[in-house]
Amino acid sequence: MSGLEPLFREEHEAYREAARRFVANEITPHSEAWEETRDYPRGLFTEVGSAGFFGAKFSERWGGTGPDYAAEAVWIEELSKGMTYGTASDLGAHSQLAALYLDRFGNDDLKERYLRPSIEGNLLGALAVTEPGAGSDVNSIRTRAVRDGEQWILNGSKVFITNGSWSDYLVVAARTSEDPGHENITLFVVEAASPGFERTRMKLIAWQTSHTGELFFDDVRVPDENRLGDVGSGFRNIMVNFQWERLMMSLAAVALAELSLETAIQYARDRSAFGRPIIKFQVWQHRFADLAVRIRTGKALTYRALRLHIAAENGSNVSREQLVRLTSMAKLFTQRLAWQVADECVQVHGGAGALMEYPAQRLWRDARVGPIGGGTDDIMRNVIAGTMGLGAS
Amino acid sequence: MKFSPFTEEHDLLRKAVGEWVDTEIAPYLADWEEQGDFPDEIFKRAGELGFLGLAFPQSAGGQGGDYWAQVVLLEEVGRVSQAIAMVLSVQTDMSTPPILEFGTPAQIERWLKPALRGELIGAIGITEPDTGSDVASIRTRAVKDGEEWILNGSKMYITNGARADFITMVVRTGELEDGHPWSGISMFIVDTSLPGFSISKRLDKAGMKMSDTALLYMDDMRLPEDALLGVEGEGFKQIMWELQGERMGVSVFGVAGSRAILEEAIRYANEREAFGQTIGQFQAVSHRLAEMATEVEAVQSLVYECCDLWDQGVYATEEVAMAKLAVGQLSNKVADEALQTLGGAGLVEGSFISREWLGMRIGRIGGGSDEVQRQILARIMGIE
Repeated sequence: MSGLEPLFREEHEAYREAARRFVANEITPHSEAWEETRDYPRGLFTEVGSAGFFGAKFSERWGGTGPDYAAEAVWIEELSKGMTYGTASDLGAHSQLAALYLDRFGNDDLKERYLRPSIEGNLLGALAVTEPGAGSDVNSIRTRAVRDGEQWILNGSKVFITNGSWSDYLVVAARTSEDPGHENITLFVVEAASPGFERTRMKLIAWQTSHTGELFFDDVRVPDENRLGDVGSGFRNIMVNFQWERLMMSLAAVALAELSLETAIQYARDRSAFGRPIIKFQVWQHRFADLAVRIRTGKALTYRALRLHIAAENGSNVSREQLVRLTSMAKLFTQRLAWQVADECVQVHGGAGALMEYPAQRLWRDARVGPIGGGTDDIMRNVIAGTMGLGAS
Repeated sequence: MKFSPFTEEHDLLRKAVGEWVDTEIAPYLADWEEQGDFPDEIFKRAGELGFLGLAFPQSAGGQGGDYWAQVVLLEEVGRVSQAIAMVLSVQTDMSTPPILEFGTPAQIERWLKPALRGELIGAIGITEPDTGSDVASIRTRAVKDGEEWILNGSKMYITNGARADFITMVVRTGELEDGHPWSGISMFIVDTSLPGFSISKRLDKAGMKMSDTALLYMDDMRLPEDALLGVEGEGFKQIMWELQGERMGVSVFGVAGSRAILEEAIRYANEREAFGQTIGQFQAVSHRLAEMATEVEAVQSLVYECCDLWDQGVYATEEVAMAKLAVGQLSNKVADEALQTLGGAGLVEGSFISREWLGMRIGRIGGGSDEVQRQILARIMGIE
């Protein structure tokens, strides 16, 4: 068969309808209040879990309904329309990072203890890699895990850990040897109740409802049974999972861009200047048309990367380089795009664009995280250049 | 989940088209551009090889393939020359599809079948000296006289115009009615061998010099009754239909050209040394090319989604306008960044990059300018 295989089937449309209803009932009506207080109830995780929206990409064995990555994409797109990106980021950090790491790299015991309750939404997770001295450059992390019999002793600190200021557990990357080098990074599942673990919630200009944490490990003891994967497998596993994270970010960014454009067009219809609605000015019509083309282009690229990802998950012969290349391109293209569209949305609002009572400023602030988080734009360019034999040798 | 839209049969076709392109077209491009001409033989060879009717039904003299087969042709030619891709696309995506769509069996026999064999060369006639994007304002007029039509007027910027055997042309046959801004336009197959047809001027362009672009003049040209293509007065609708396929075609070969230009820039960046290393090792150069590669893959994704809709018979005006606009922007950006990467070598006349850089500029003007695509999109988005 020639042509493109449809990404979404009939059951995905039903899933989308359910997701849309859930977001419209449980999230959107509260988003303004949550943004105002910079907080939301932890119970949201249980609601999402019991409605089944943490389960699409996990096997039934652990309480999921998949794996079905197209369904997961549907959930991400719909969640993004809920207009509370800090909240969506917390939910994402829990499900796309912590839980997914457990699913991919954990043994049955870890899955039973952490993955199952995570899918239920009864146990909150986060992923802790970034440190004050190491962001994009993962290999420079310094948090240290030293073996002591059947335990490991962790010391160090982490920053910008989404969902990390209130999660029940954290998947922590630590160095298991003094030697530098990729092969000395290992992942651990650390309970937040462990003695010696402290944390604070960070204040950001964007994602203001998110529970982004700064974490401190002071002789925190972790049993060896909570080691996630082999000693030294951490770096490789982080790199593998980056692809999915970046793809999810791309889907969310496209949805945010679509919402920004809708918001901008609506304002341009309602607001008049020089005796006519702003939408009647051709420069705005053409600007909106250009943005619509860019959004559709970014969406096509993201969907193409998603197709490739699903093909790889289904065991098709997909080169890892091609997957990394397309995913990095989708991430680079969509994150800046979302912010650009949101910026035009602020622009069309004029003075109202600066007012906290309009959503434009929030879309704009929240979209700005995209080109930084999950691997910066420059890191994406490095990765893409590398696949073409370019860049520093 | 299947990733590529192409099948093994398409891959074999690609190999065959690619061999033809690499042996019978690519080696001569620099000469043709310098001479400002290319041999008509190209059409005949393409016809013999079966490349002109890939997606046409066998009953109309085509190969009976799907649209992806046509995509293969346009991509393979587009990777070496936008000019040759354009002239072939005028033959396969512009002048002939309206004959299949709107023509009578006799018109298909008389014009379409020989055109798909490469024995007749076609052109598409819309633009006039005083009207381009604004199709409703055309003034070339055909008046019924007994069993004939008398045609008067002129057409401008007509690709293949100086060598065409027939021109699929829109002309005015009635008045503009109030409230019906597109009324009174009909489509004709104009036989250029008839008396009264003349080539006023072969236009000298900045790019795509090898492809002939003409100003044509029709002076009391008498056309037979069956020169009318489709329904009298429905010409505007018919030409809008034609433009969809035209914009698809130029989008497909525009992306293929952008990809080839980028590959040339990458190859150069990996070879050329400056300050003790290849220029591709400089982060600034590598990031610029990474950006361009991202743009190419992104727009490619959009264009393939459009091709898929087109292949399924969906009349996707919005997606087609998006693709046309996106590809015009892409190809100009990529060509310019490639030129910058090659430095002085990019400015040398006769080089691949300099030729395509000049040629790409037409992509944002022909087939409906960027501005026209934006206006179409604004209308579809309900914000006009």
